[in-house]
Amino acid sequence: MAIITMRQAISDALWEEMERDPKVFIMGQEVGVWGGTYAVTKGFLDHFGEKRVRDTPIAESAIVGAGIGASMVGLRPVSEIMTINFAFVAMDYIVNEAPKMHTMFGGQMSVPLVIRTAGGGGRQLGATHSQTPDAIFAHFPGLKVVSPGTPADAKGLLKAAIRDNDPVLFIEHAAMYQVRGEVPEGDYTTPIGVSKVQREGDAVTIVTYCKGLQLSMAAADQLSQEGIEVEIVDLRSLRPLDMGPALESFKKTNRAVIVEEGWPSYGVGAEVATRLYEAAFDYADAPIKRVAQKEVPLPYNAALEQFALPQVEHVVAAVKEVL
Amino acid sequence: MALKKKDHLELYRQMVLIRRVEERSAELYQAGKIGGFLHLYIGQEAVSTGIVSVRQPQDRIITAYRDHGVALNVGISAKSVIAELLGKETGISKGRGGSMHMADVEKNFWGGHAIVGAHLPIAAGMALGDQYEGSDGVTICMFGDGATNIGFFHEGVNLSKVWNLPVLWLCENNQYGMGTAVDRASAVGQIHMKAEGYGIPHSRLEDGMDIMKVREAVSAALDHIRSGKGPYFLEIMTYRFEGHSMGDPQRYREKDEVTKWEKSDPIGIYHRYLVGEKIATKADLDKIEEAIEAEVAEAIEFAEASPDPGFETLFDYMHTSKE
Repeated sequence: MAIITMRQAISDALWEEMERDPKVFIMGQEVGVWGGTYAVTKGFLDHFGEKRVRDTPIAESAIVGAGIGASMVGLRPVSEIMTINFAFVAMDYIVNEAPKMHTMFGGQMSVPLVIRTAGGGGRQLGATHSQTPDAIFAHFPGLKVVSPGTPADAKGLLKAAIRDNDPVLFIEHAAMYQVRGEVPEGDYTTPIGVSKVQREGDAVTIVTYCKGLQLSMAAADQLSQEGIEVEIVDLRSLRPLDMGPALESFKKTNRAVIVEEGWPSYGVGAEVATRLYEAAFDYADAPIKRVAQKEVPLPYNAALEQFALPQVEHVVAAVKEVL
Repeated sequence: MALKKKDHLELYRQMVLIRRVEERSAELYQAGKIGGFLHLYIGQEAVSTGIVSVRQPQDRIITAYRDHGVALNVGISAKSVIAELLGKETGISKGRGGSMHMADVEKNFWGGHAIVGAHLPIAAGMALGDQYEGSDGVTICMFGDGATNIGFFHEGVNLSKVWNLPVLWLCENNQYGMGTAVDRASAVGQIHMKAEGYGIPHSRLEDGMDIMKVREAVSAALDHIRSGKGPYFLEIMTYRFEGHSMGDPQRYREKDEVTKWEKSDPIGIYHRYLVGEKIATKADLDKIEEAIEAEVAEAIEFAEASPDPGFETLFDYMHTSKE
């Protein structure tokens, strides 16, 4: 196993899929000449050419809309939205076009489109550029939503998304491209809609995904020094949502903390907690806790921004609270 | 290309078929058998019939929600259209789409789309698919005057020129976006002039009630695009005789205006042309009208006798593969 960054893992997945299938191509702002705003597609233009590495205008509706059209007629586009905050201006395509095409015409059309984007806060980009609105997108049946927390899953899930015949929103975290991790050699995919236990333990179940996984792993190390072993379930996909491992773990530990970077209201934590209560109320030995962002548009000031974001210490505190 | 008598009769047949399907659909709506919206194409028959009659099999067609005309022109049977209006499993979209969402991918008809203007970037993507694969197909994207004031329009049209896509932007100007007249909603009354801002050649056909003129204008536009010169923008003036949808009190226009336009009924114009030029006799055309009457009556019978989609099929087309 090689140890590589999240950036490299995502880049490798795209590169390998483009080598594998000539119908796969990428389009978005600055994916070509610039090499990707997060340098994910550096070198792609020289290797694959302008036909398959397409710089677009700053026009998100066109980026996703044209991706939908191209996918309907047999191509396998990866439409890149520079940050998830700009996905709102392409909202119609993401939630109201791509997920509807197959069902609305009685199965005649399909949309094998991947929409790649990056979300998350902590980079002092201000209120309009720092959000984690994943739950909004996961609200819509017909759209698959994945958000990896490790390089290995990022690579495997992106490959699976590109090979999937349904539209997939692939959410990366803008502050995680330097995160390193072990990645299997060779070609592999990680199934969409399957969550995974990333760390075993018996005291408390932590359910999380994406950046929350990083926070939870760091919290787990600290807690372990105090003799508290938490079990961490990484959702990896928000839709379809696989509750199996989280439920199994909850039935074992009888306590759960849900860690997400977005706001708690109507969020991933709200959904997961409800599902745990619905399926295993009798197993609960303590109220389920959520760790999430404070309910405020994120400020620019670095310290103030960090104060609003969930931190490792919040996870540690929440675990101790449910114990 | 000169038409033979049988070709003319076929075009006349299609126009009468659209008219009769629409008239009978209005009755079915009044009888409570059709739900939702019902946007009738009465008055505009020469436009879709002319367009579809000059396209090549490799030319894709995509339109807005007033889609019954194109559906019948491409050869979806009256049975499948009316069954869809009645929400039946035998409908062209298996009762999932309704009036606004009919498509037949095998006939290269990519739907009725009901978010105003949103299908323009999708059409650009479909044209990209053909360009990418080296096909000489043209994507014909029909939309109303009202769609030219929304952002999607501008993103899609701009992208088509930037990428030199083989797409025909075809604006059916029926002079009202719902109840708002063009001059109350659009900064320019000559809608085709909007293409000027994107460096796309454009023209306006003042008489879209005459199918022969529609055929000529659309043929020329398709030839232009097929010769590799990139997108073209054609505005066709027309008029809808009925309200925007059923139950429209039409407070926004005078009765006299409607009456005036009804004098240029596209079916009447074509009828006079065919008889006047001695291409067909009145008896030939009467025979077609009688046959259509029977065909539509049979289609209604078929649709009414068809089964509703089973509850067990509710999730059948949410994803391309059942989980």
